[in-house]
This record gives sequence, C-alpha cells and structure tokens, in this order.
Amino acid sequence: MASETIALNEIAAGYRTIGERLHGWVTTVDHKRLGIMYIIYALMMLVIGGIEATIMRIQLMVPHNNFVSPEVFNRMFTMHGTTMIFFVAMPLVFGFGTYLIPLMVGARDMAFPRLNALSFWFTAFGGLLLYFSFIGGTGLYGAGNAPDVGWFAYAPLTAKVFSQGHSTDFWSLALLVSGFGSIGTAVNFITTIISMRCPGMTLGKMPLLAWLNLVMAGLVILAVSPLTAAQIMLSIDRYLGGHFFDTQAGGSAVLWMHFFWIFGHPEVYVLVIPCFAFASEIIPVFSRKPIFGYPVMVAATVAIGFISMSVWAHHMFAVGMTSYGNTFFTVTTMIISVPTGIKIFNWIGTMWGGKIQFKAPMLFCIAFLFQFLIAGLTGIMLSASPFNWQLTGSYFVVAHFHYVIVGAILVTIFGAFYYWFPKMTGRMYNETLAQWHFWLFVIGFHLTFDFMHVPGMLGMPRRIYTYEPGRGWEIWNLIVSVGAVVQGIAILIFVFNLLWSMFKGEPAGNDPWDAWTLEWSTSSPPPDYNFATIPVVQSRRPLWDLKHPEDPDWKYE
Amino acid sequence: MSSAAIPDLPAKTPAKIDWNLPSRGRVGMFSLIAAESAIFTIFVVAYIFYIGKSASGPQPKDVLELPVFISICLLSSSLTIHLAVRALRRLEPAGFKFWWIVTLILGTIFLVGTGREWHHLIYDRGLTVSTNLFGTTYYSLVGLHAFHVTAGLIAILTVAILALIGKVEFEYHEKLDVFSLYWHFVDVVWVIVFTVVYIVGR
Repeated sequence: MASETIALNEIAAGYRTIGERLHGWVTTVDHKRLGIMYIIYALMMLVIGGIEATIMRIQLMVPHNNFVSPEVFNRMFTMHGTTMIFFVAMPLVFGFGTYLIPLMVGARDMAFPRLNALSFWFTAFGGLLLYFSFIGGTGLYGAGNAPDVGWFAYAPLTAKVFSQGHSTDFWSLALLVSGFGSIGTAVNFITTIISMRCPGMTLGKMPLLAWLNLVMAGLVILAVSPLTAAQIMLSIDRYLGGHFFDTQAGGSAVLWMHFFWIFGHPEVYVLVIPCFAFASEIIPVFSRKPIFGYPVMVAATVAIGFISMSVWAHHMFAVGMTSYGNTFFTVTTMIISVPTGIKIFNWIGTMWGGKIQFKAPMLFCIAFLFQFLIAGLTGIMLSASPFNWQLTGSYFVVAHFHYVIVGAILVTIFGAFYYWFPKMTGRMYNETLAQWHFWLFVIGFHLTFDFMHVPGMLGMPRRIYTYEPGRGWEIWNLIVSVGAVVQGIAILIFVFNLLWSMFKGEPAGNDPWDAWTLEWSTSSPPPDYNFATIPVVQSRRPLWDLKHPEDPDWKYE
Repeated sequence: MSSAAIPDLPAKTPAKIDWNLPSRGRVGMFSLIAAESAIFTIFVVAYIFYIGKSASGPQPKDVLELPVFISICLLSSSLTIHLAVRALRRLEPAGFKFWWIVTLILGTIFLVGTGREWHHLIYDRGLTVSTNLFGTTYYSLVGLHAFHVTAGLIAILTVAILALIGKVEFEYHEKLDVFSLYWHFVDVVWVIVFTVVYIVGR
C-alpha cells in the first residue's frame, strides 16, 4: 500500500511542467540541489575558461601569430585567470562541500539553508557580472571591453586614467559579490561541522573531508575578507576619487600587492585542501584500508592553514623588499612544504599493503600524488628568492601554478566527480570512457605543463601576446598548444560520460564502492531529508561497523 | 525519487549518548565576526600605513576633535543591550523594552554625532574622500564602521517595533543574544578605530 502511494507520487511528480521544475531549482534551499547547481555552474564556466585558454594557446602556437589582437589577448588571460579561480575552482570545491558535508556528518541540511542559497546566488551573479563586462564594460567613455588588467590587477593599471570605461569595475564588483558568497558559505560550513554533527561523531571521529573543509572554511574567512576589503578600496578609488593606490597622491601600488596576495596565497590552500579531503576519502576506500595516520592528517592540515597565512609575499620578491622580508618569506614558504609532505607520506602509507583497485577515482588520486609532488618541488625552487628573481613573471611560474591548479586540484576534482557521481545521480558512470578520460587528460596535461617550464627557463615572459622566432621557444610552445588540445578532447569525453551516464548509466545502488562514510548509508540520490532517522556513530567508519559487527572499528579507536 | 528502502544505521548505542553541540547561532555569528575582523584589519592597516603620508592638507591634527561623548554613548549601549537581553531571559518584558529602546537611542546618538562630525569636516574644513590620503583613509575606515552601526541600528529598530507591538517573547532571547554579539563587536571595533584615528593618527 505504501509503495503504491509512493509510485503514484512519482507519477504525479513526473507530470510537473518544466516551469515548475525550474521554479523548484531556483527557489530551493536543499544543500544537495545547491551543491549540484554549484557544480553545473562551475562546469559551464570551466568550458568558457577553457575556450579562453584555447584562444591563448592558438595565438602562441607559432611566432608572429595574428590570431587575436594584443588587446584581446590581454582580456583573454585576465578573464581566463579570474574565471578559473573564482568561478570554476571555488564553486567546484564549494559545490562538493555543500553536497557532502551534511551527508557525511549525518545532518539533514546545512546549518543555515537560506544563507546557503544566498551564497550560491551571490557566486552565480558574480560570474554574470564578470561576463556582462563584454557588453557593459564599454560604458560612457566608449573605451574598454572585458577587463584586461590581469587576474591580480596590479595598481596603477586599475587606476581610472589607465583603465577607462567600466571593465575594471565589473571585475572588482564580480569579485566583491562572489566574495560575499564565499564568506557566507564558509560561515555555513563551519557552523554545520561544529553544530550539526550526528550523535557520537566527536571531532576525532569526523570524516577527514569534514575536518579539512573546516580548515578550508576558516581560511576563506581569514583570506577572502582581505580581498573584499581591497575591492572596496579599489571601488572607492575609482568611483569616489580616493587615493589608496594612487601613487601621484602618496598612495602605494605595493600595498595593493600585499592586500591581494594576503588573499591570493591562502586561496591556493582554500582550493587544494578540499582536494586533499577528496583524496583522503577516495584513497582508503580503493586501497581497502582505513586512512593511515588520521590525527597527523588533521594536525598537518591545521598547520598548513596557519602557515599559509604567512607566505604571501613570496609572490613579491621582485618588488624589492628588505633582506629580512625576503628571508622570512623564503623560510615560511619552505616550511609549509613539511606538513604537505607529511600528507603525501600518509596517503602512500594508506596505499601500502592495501588491495588497490584501479578504478577511475583512484587513478586520478594517484596522478594527483605524483603531480602535486612535482608542483611542490618547483614551488620550493621558486621559494628561494634569488632563484625567484630570475624566473618570476616567466612561463616557469605559469607552469608551476598550473601544475598545482590543474595537476593537483582539477585532477582530484575529476576523481571526486567519478567517486560521488553514483551517489548524486543514482547511476554508474561508464568506466571505459572514464579511463580514456584519465589517460588522455594525463598525457595532455604533461605535454602542456611539463614542457611549459622550458620556455620559462629560456626567458619567455608570461602574458606576452606573441614572440620573435629564433629564441628557441617555438617548439616548446607548439608542444604546449598540442597538449592543450589533448586535454580539451579528454574534457569533452568527461562531459559526455557525465551526461550519457546520467540518463543511461547502470543503476548504482546505495553503496557501489563498499565505502565507510555516512553518505553511502542513504539511498542514491539521497531523499530530501537525507536520513530517515538521524544516525548514531561510534567510530570514524560507521558503515564498516555496520557491515562487520563482529570486528567493529570502535573497539580499536 | 527512489522508493528504495532507506536502511537505518544501527540504533544499538551502548548507552544513551549525552550529545550537546554549541548553538548554531553563536558559532555562525562568531564566524561572521572573524570575517568582519579581517576586513577591518585591512582597513586599519591601510590607515596606519598612510598616517602622515598625505601630499597636501588638511592634516588630522588640524581638523579632528575627540568624539568623547558619542563614544561613551556607543560603549554604554553594549551594557544596555546586555541588560535588555537579560531582562527578556528573566521574563521581564517591561525591562526588556526599556533597555532595548535605550540601546536604540544611544546608537542613534552615535550615528548622528558621526554625521555632524562629517558635515563639519566636509563643509567647514573642506576634507572629502578625494582631498588627500587622510581623507580617503579616514572616511573609509570610519565610514565602514558607521555602516556597521547603521546595519545594527536597523536591526535594533526592527526588534524595537516588534517589541512595542508585543511580538518579542521569551523564546527569542537566544536569537537576540546572538545579535548582541554583533553589537558588542561593533563597539570593540570602535575602540580600535578611536585609538587609531583619534589618538595614534593625530
């Protein structure tokens, strides 16, 4: 009788018009729907940012190319950087966090569901503001178009005299608005993790994903707020005639650099810590072992959070700080690699002696380990200020941070997509296509970003729109561009796999990976209320306890 | 929309777990205060960095006067909002209304005082945001604080109206307690702004 009623309800649900469904999505405060909207929004922005990258790579493929004008090239790298950081990477990690945190701590929703929706729409409209600049950036002056000041928008490029029209204003407002969204989400994450855990889940029994997102949210609060303040100052300069960054009136262009990088460097950790979290959930499940060194993982993450607040000026060695300043930021930057290295050893320790299953999520996590290690090593090279003076502002730096953001962050997010896709949609992805995606993407990634280090060491500066032949840069740029095409094909396979599997994939069941955290205890996709009864946990792996009542974890923890 | 049975987790708790977590409101408000503190820190740093760097006049020591009276008003409003919430918790609606409206009046006096100070600076002294670095940093730091006071006063006014028509009852004391954290924060920020702008910077 009950199942008949449910079936009837489902038929009734099926008759909802598209308008009604759309209304349901726009007005929702459900963390699962908001999480999915974040992710879809970020995927759309990923395609746009990818097109911008492709335009740049076509332009740089051969010397003296005239594919785009210098002005358009400047807009492309500005929009590419801004889009990828603020409207792809941030919404992706926030989307997964919004979706997963309540499920993993055994709650029915976030602590503040309406704030959650508000934060999403702030982020979404921030992105729209940024892209509206293509239309509205011209403004009354008839000058400008999309922003062209670079993603860190150094003064005095952003001064009214050098950036007429409204393009820089759109850039600034977009970051201000999406910054409010980020702060709102961070407040929500912290409150959910501290105040909404299900009975029995003490801080020491939380899944690592919750712990790492707690640290990430703390970093957002401390790091995104300075960016918000700096954007307010920039707007005061541009609209009210203030002098914060106006060197003519005694203001300081270097102050903007400090304010931007106080945000900018912790931001890298804001993005990578959730990816550490994905790896810390995926690697144990596919190694069939509990995570190695849980308390050390937590401690290392907290240490990274603290140290990351004191490394920002390693972006500014070439500015001319005192030798004390250079030494301080060199040392802190080298120190932060210690807790990061501890984490890598812990993941390897988790795999050591495990029965490793090389499914797509695990493959991406293994690629993450290798690539993140190399990214960290070039990071240590760049942290030495004399070396940095030589290579700052070159393609070596571009290769280094793309190694972090693509090689570590994006790759782990791909792993997270495949791992939680069955939970979000109720269907399995196609493993063959996923393996194709993996190998093509890894090959394309290494073609692009391994070889990008070389022109940097040969002296090719970043952000140039073309170059002379005969400097030894041509072959490297050609390889880099070819790699970009391979990555593009891999991402098309990925998107096709997601779309196809969403409708045609095999039903996944509640727990396709035989995993141990709470989200796998509910149906796929989870019902609106997540859990029929609020779970009670006794260990870090509640589903292990459930599946192995003869040998539960809580006996040993 | 799956109709599959949702498995329950084991309810075989060894003993009834004593499970108390911090209240959502307080944790959320403390997180927000942390974010706001970071924003104010950046503005304070900019103010201190630019002390004495203005290319032209007027300088702070020529035009600024200590706003002692309105500062006392704002700081005492922290005490009165505390008394108001305590009265509500002790089921004394009359005391709540009295102290709450006193808070509203004290906050308004502060805001009016700031407005008068700005009017004086703009029309009598010719100091605006665009005059020099002092003007830029002064109006943005004090203005950011005044903006927070304004936001708080709008909330206090809303609650005051609801209290006068008898809609604020005992059950709201926790929420108002959380709000009072914000108001205390605004007061603490004023202590810092006062020190930096009117004592160190003068």
